[in-house]
Amino acid sequence: MNNSDLAQILIRAVEEADSSDRLLDAVQVLAAAGIEESVPTLIAALGYNNPGAAVAAVDGLIAIGEAAVPSLLELIDDYNYSARAWAIRALAGIGDVRALDTLFEAAKNDFSLSVRRAAARGLGTLRWHQVPPEKLESVQTQVLEALLLISQDPEWVVRYAAVTSLETLAISIAVTLPDQASRITNQLQQMLDADADLGVRTRVKFAQEKIQQQQHQEVFAPKRKLQETEVEVPHRGGGRR
Amino acid sequence: MNFSPQKFEDLSPAANSGDGESLTVEQAIANLESADLGLRFYAAWWLGRFRICEAVAVTKLIAALEDEADRTPEGGYPLRRNAARALGKLGDRQAVSPLIACLDCSDFYVREAAAQSLEMLGDPVCIPSLIKLLQVGLQGEQLISKQPDLSQPYEAILEALGTLKATESTPLVKPFLEHPIELVQYAAARAMYQLTQEPVYGERLVKALAGERLQLRRAVLADLGAIGYLPAADAIAQTLAENSLKLISLKGLLEHQVNHTTASTLSAGAIKVMNLMDSLL
Repeated sequence: MNNSDLAQILIRAVEEADSSDRLLDAVQVLAAAGIEESVPTLIAALGYNNPGAAVAAVDGLIAIGEAAVPSLLELIDDYNYSARAWAIRALAGIGDVRALDTLFEAAKNDFSLSVRRAAARGLGTLRWHQVPPEKLESVQTQVLEALLLISQDPEWVVRYAAVTSLETLAISIAVTLPDQASRITNQLQQMLDADADLGVRTRVKFAQEKIQQQQHQEVFAPKRKLQETEVEVPHRGGGRR
Repeated sequence: MNFSPQKFEDLSPAANSGDGESLTVEQAIANLESADLGLRFYAAWWLGRFRICEAVAVTKLIAALEDEADRTPEGGYPLRRNAARALGKLGDRQAVSPLIACLDCSDFYVREAAAQSLEMLGDPVCIPSLIKLLQVGLQGEQLISKQPDLSQPYEAILEALGTLKATESTPLVKPFLEHPIELVQYAAARAMYQLTQEPVYGERLVKALAGERLQLRRAVLADLGAIGYLPAADAIAQTLAENSLKLISLKGLLEHQVNHTTASTLSAGAIKVMNLMDSLL
């Protein structure tokens, strides 16, 4: 049996699922297969109001990666905000820079806090190597400006997400834009001193620690996708002590 | 404790909600005495929602706890319910005695709102009255035989006793672990953990995260966040529910970690929780 036949069988299982548990199982199996043809079905699963199925579908879309980006970008216009939030999460997980304008728009202006939160997170997980070198500085500056704005969102969880992204950005631009790095440092310090939310302040502290650790390390690793758990970027270290 | 994801989206302060008129503070306070009962009801909600702590707002909301004009066909008191809910959010201790009086109201929902607001205000002076209400469901130290007993807002009463650290109520809270209504069981487990700090009660909630019904899993997320039970962190991150709710629950764990460590460095528990939160954004 080839991939296409398999995809058809698994897609049919999703379409015919008649309970939320069966739907969850069918989406999990389809997502695990990681077949490009399943993208429309996985995207549809983001809107079924079944959080388990949505999580599985997001994981599947992230595994498929760049091939799923165009369809995801189309979906963002959807009226269903919970589906939109899941789609933004998938885009954030893929880290494709084609999603940049969508992420800016969603993070700054979406009425739904779960969409703003996911978009703010996505601005910190971009694959910088996709950006042509001559454009890198201007794009990173744009992302920085956006995150400084988003870190003043009225919702704690959006500010929290912005802090996680300011952290990864600070580590990235230590190399490319060292003179901009102090803007992040200052913003984080201001949030540590003044943010109303203890959870946000604690995350700021954690971000400051991780940025500092990075400054004290010399890492010569090839550029690679920023991982959620562990950020490693090429860094010459010691530049601004 | 009930909460729905919808409720979160409604709470965005930036949102200019299209579901009601926009009010000024003066208008809202004036509307509490409007001839239009709908305007009064809305004003009471609005003052709580936007946390208008002005003295005159508190005074008028306290007066609204004795309103007789606004009645449902069943004899309920809609304005009293909203006024009681608002007073919990405003944090003014003057409301404590009038809210204790509301625990005797004939309207179940007024009693429930009063218990919830007394929990928020955190004044232990209300503990004996809450215990008295809890005892309606007990014969000695056992649940009354007529079950399910829906006569009192047990969930709200149990949660309040736990939050207020009313350790003298522990033997009376315990029987409610066997209540036929799951939400009441969870409230009892939550309170028992707060009163005894015994992990067995936290674990009982963790087990409930694997339950069948989304509505119940949501309630348990709120309970675990409220008690800050760290060993639940992974189970919270993995349960099948909206990320918004998991994030709020984990934030409860995180803040509990920070508040209960004197060191200025981040604890291993806090770091673990933040890594989980990051993965849910």
